[in-house]
Amino acid sequence: MTSLSITTTGPHDRAAIHARPAPALRDVISIAGRALRAVPREPEAIIPPVFIALFFFVVNIGTLQHLTQSHIKGFDFKAFMLPTAILLGVTGVSRAGSLVTDIQDGYLDRLLLTPVRRLAILVGHMAADVAVACALMVPIIGLALGLGVRPQAGPVGIALFLLMGCLWSLAFAGFGYAIALKTGNPAAVNSSFLLFFPFLFMTSSYVPRSQLSGWLNVIATWNPVTYVLEGLRSLVTFGWQWAALGKAALAIAAVGVLSMSLCLAALRGRTRRG
Amino acid sequence: MSLLQAERYEGQQTAGATAPAAIKVERLVRRFGDVTAVDEVDLEIRRGEIYGFLGPNGAGKSTTVRVLCTLLSPTAGRAVVAGYDVATRPEQVRLRIGVALQEAALDPKQTGIELLRLQGRLYGLSRAEIRRRLTDLGQLIDIGDALGRPIGTYSGGMKRRLDLAAALIHNPEVLFLDEPTSGLDPVSRARMWDEVRRLNTELGMTIFLTTQYLEEADELAGRVGIIDGGRLVAEGSPAQLKRSVGSDLIVAQVDGRAEAARRAVEPLAGVRGVEVRGEEMIVTTFDGAATIGAVAVALASVTPVRHLTLRTPSLDDVFLEYTGNHFTGGQLADDHLRQAGPDGSARQQRDLVGVRS
Repeated sequence: MTSLSITTTGPHDRAAIHARPAPALRDVISIAGRALRAVPREPEAIIPPVFIALFFFVVNIGTLQHLTQSHIKGFDFKAFMLPTAILLGVTGVSRAGSLVTDIQDGYLDRLLLTPVRRLAILVGHMAADVAVACALMVPIIGLALGLGVRPQAGPVGIALFLLMGCLWSLAFAGFGYAIALKTGNPAAVNSSFLLFFPFLFMTSSYVPRSQLSGWLNVIATWNPVTYVLEGLRSLVTFGWQWAALGKAALAIAAVGVLSMSLCLAALRGRTRRG
Repeated sequence: MSLLQAERYEGQQTAGATAPAAIKVERLVRRFGDVTAVDEVDLEIRRGEIYGFLGPNGAGKSTTVRVLCTLLSPTAGRAVVAGYDVATRPEQVRLRIGVALQEAALDPKQTGIELLRLQGRLYGLSRAEIRRRLTDLGQLIDIGDALGRPIGTYSGGMKRRLDLAAALIHNPEVLFLDEPTSGLDPVSRARMWDEVRRLNTELGMTIFLTTQYLEEADELAGRVGIIDGGRLVAEGSPAQLKRSVGSDLIVAQVDGRAEAARRAVEPLAGVRGVEVRGEEMIVTTFDGAATIGAVAVALASVTPVRHLTLRTPSLDDVFLEYTGNHFTGGQLADDHLRQAGPDGSARQQRDLVGVRS
């Protein structure tokens, strides 16, 4: 048997290496780094949303392009559908499920035993989510460009499009983290995506708001996703429409404030009760 | 107390005799709704001491550790660890403690090296410091190239060693080990014990060890606290606790007529007390070697005796004395270890006489 002997520093030189609080940014980067390293090890968490987004993008174009373009003069359905595909792809993409696993496995306790800032655990996960959401949008936008979509706002507009998609993903991810921290239940976290379904479909996801029937138009008017879609579409279809972009930013901010408030409350509850 | 144990306890006492307590707990209470998991526990653990916290499942050991480690806030009372109050200065406590929890909380998809580096970064260590600590801990981890493999592929023993290394990455002052050998095979347990001893003797590290293995507490701890139903029911060195039960114990397994056996044995010279539990009779005596012959003869006159054993009191006897119950947690593994101890020898139990009828 291999003999064991510790060559750790003794009491006399223990002061040479000692724990100290790390800078906040380093805490976030450390947590985000772990989350990002886990992504390629869990392709099952990434492939479905990309597949679903690409699938519906292609199928919806094949199904509805002729119908819509023949009824609405000058309407580019492919450009119209790109934001819908993006929101379908990036909404609900988060490490909240992994956080539940961390809670169940005791790994969250391991993190909480260190001097890491509690908020950094959350922000680190979310920073990784933003990076993943950004990466997920690339193939969807690439397909759209390949199908002939030409964003009117140009390259800077595409960058803003990506940014808005990431921020939306982040804003919605807060709900998943809030549920994860509150319940520690993977089924509850998975079902959080269901929250999004009514919001995505009771809006102008398939046709412009002007074409919606009365009751659905009313709901869509109050649905923040409508304004996110319209802001993204403005960049693709019309160019720089500041009013639409402003409303999109407000919608993302409103959802973000709500989800993050819930999230922070759940984090406080989790760290307080242990 | 064996010579080794006596030296160990004295060494631990000397190390911390003048230093302030590493852990001081006053009337600590932790409730979960209507359930009181920890009930007015008082502890004072000196620097450089190994303190064994002994109790069966559900006794309140892990809850106490979680409070001391800042994972749970106390419902009432006060706990100071490494000089800082766990409730008001938890961030200072976290900088000074290392913790290996009951279930090695490891991410199976992380590699061992990723886990250790992340731990080091979260404790504020620089890259160079982390490299140095990884070198220092290399022999402790002792898993070679496997450090670069996903933790999910590790054996239970490898996970425990990695967990311990992660707890030590920042050179803590106080180390909490919550049932560190639970689920390990005897060889791995013995290796873990060696490490715990070495951390204490070479680094002067204060170690708070919870265990449900009597043998473990006996082997490692300078002092032992027994917790039952959330309350600390006894505390002292293993030798002190055993002395409080009696000098020697003669244990007889009889075939019925236990009460008659009791009446036959009680008047014998040298017998301090007799306790009957079912078909088991425990005779307490100051001099077992001188008394066992008379006891054997007395018993044989009233009932068949299946087994007669002379032994020194164990912590199980202490547990029985203070709680009224046999210690059941980890007993099978203890028995296994007694049969083939870490050094291959049976140690604690001395079967001097085996009488079968």
